[in-house]
Amino acid sequence: MEKKNKIDQLLNQLGAWLQGTGQDSDIVVSSRVRFARNLKGLPFYHWADESKKKEVYEIVKEALFDIPELKNGIWVDISELPDLDKYFLLERHLVSRELVEKGPYKACVIGDQEIISIMINEEDHIRLQVLESGLSLLSALDIARRIDAQLARRLNYAFSYEWGYLTACPTNTGTGLRASVMLHLPLLVFTKQIANVVNTIAKLSFTTRGFYGEGTEASGNFFQISNQVTLGRSEEEIVENLLKVIDQVISYERQAREKVYTQDRFTLDDQIYRSYGMLKYARIMNSKEAIELLSNLRLGKELGIIDTDVRNINELLLLIQPAHLQKIEGKKLTMKERDIKRAELIRKRLGQEV
Amino acid sequence: MLCDICGKKEATVHLTEIINGKVTELHLCEECAREKGAQMEQHFGIADLLAGLADLSSGLEIKEDVGLKCENCGMTYEDFKRVGKFGCSECYLAFKKNVPSLLKRIHGSARYVGEGPQTEEYELVRDELQELRKQLQQAIEREEYERAAEIRDKIKELERNKNRESKDGKEE
Repeated sequence: MEKKNKIDQLLNQLGAWLQGTGQDSDIVVSSRVRFARNLKGLPFYHWADESKKKEVYEIVKEALFDIPELKNGIWVDISELPDLDKYFLLERHLVSRELVEKGPYKACVIGDQEIISIMINEEDHIRLQVLESGLSLLSALDIARRIDAQLARRLNYAFSYEWGYLTACPTNTGTGLRASVMLHLPLLVFTKQIANVVNTIAKLSFTTRGFYGEGTEASGNFFQISNQVTLGRSEEEIVENLLKVIDQVISYERQAREKVYTQDRFTLDDQIYRSYGMLKYARIMNSKEAIELLSNLRLGKELGIIDTDVRNINELLLLIQPAHLQKIEGKKLTMKERDIKRAELIRKRLGQEV
Repeated sequence: MLCDICGKKEATVHLTEIINGKVTELHLCEECAREKGAQMEQHFGIADLLAGLADLSSGLEIKEDVGLKCENCGMTYEDFKRVGKFGCSECYLAFKKNVPSLLKRIHGSARYVGEGPQTEEYELVRDELQELRKQLQQAIEREEYERAAEIRDKIKELERNKNRESKDGKEE
């Protein structure tokens, strides 16, 4: 496994989950599966003193270095990282907010294609995450299980026959599985059906969140739907139930796209071309505006109105975030400077010379 | 007054934080307050809710909560209600009277369904449990209730003891 100076190299690659490939990728951006796992008997991070945190760190690190699938991965000692690098990884969805909070002996391993990420000393001792492009929950679950099985052979997992995997927070007890799918739903927003959809999903005990994960509001029409219940259902049942809901949401979005496009094409065309124009010519742009406009551009691409590479849009959604902009420039930027650099970067990437 | 965090801008937001009875006052500029605000929202989120649930779940047995303590990590049930998180995996056993109703409230179920860690030990116990559950089903179908009760106890014992055995046996 390679060391942390490799982080900068991530800047020049597009993670697998942003390739814009996979099933239903005109609506589904990515699919994610994560397992929460702990070592039997050792205190959870929030309750552990420094020596126990170190013990967990060392035990898990040894096991991870032993796993062939992670041979080409990058090892990152999160606790030793400058803030900018922490946020950089957070923006790439490779680590969780909880992991980058201050504290000793936090670490993670990132797979070379950014599909796999394993966090040490998060809320739980281990958080194993698999992130893929398009609607691919089953394949993500499969990968997560393979790695989990390897870890189970090397570690003494906290597991109960009665309650399943024992986690720090009882909301994760059982399978420790959180499956989530990120969807781009501009027409459900446009036709004001989205609130209804979100409410219905909540009734089925699924949660909806924004593009940037836990605790964020939906922006740019991106929504993350995930399961809440982790106990009393098998992993397959959890994933299959989620897939049923997702399929439904996808078909609503498709219907809305078709309906609006046949009945009120000019409004939609106008919104998309205006956004395209702003992206190509604006000089100052904050993140929120950029995400909204890029969302419209993505819709234009999906409806075949604008000819552009979806990977380009996906990459921009990543690069316009504060830590990424500052990594590109190689220095700290004020908010105003970021807004200027953001506009510049977007113009350049959309092939605009002026 | 300047902001306590950045020390540069004028403090316009004044906060009082109480953590474990310790009162801290903070004077922040708008920008830092926004960042701090995001952190605070997380504090008020799930932990509080869970603590509430843990409290509810004890209900009438509230007296029995007093003095409940995990010998492995030192967490008391009072701590758990305050923090909303367990201290270690053994807390589940230490608080086992309250755990099922808590899990039920959160997940609608307190019974694990699915595979466990893919180890030899797990597979042995799993197969044994499967066999016992089959026997239990048969006993019920034949209306042999005494035998069914015996098997049920055996299953419970195996599940619970397995928890404890692996704790004592393997955790060096």
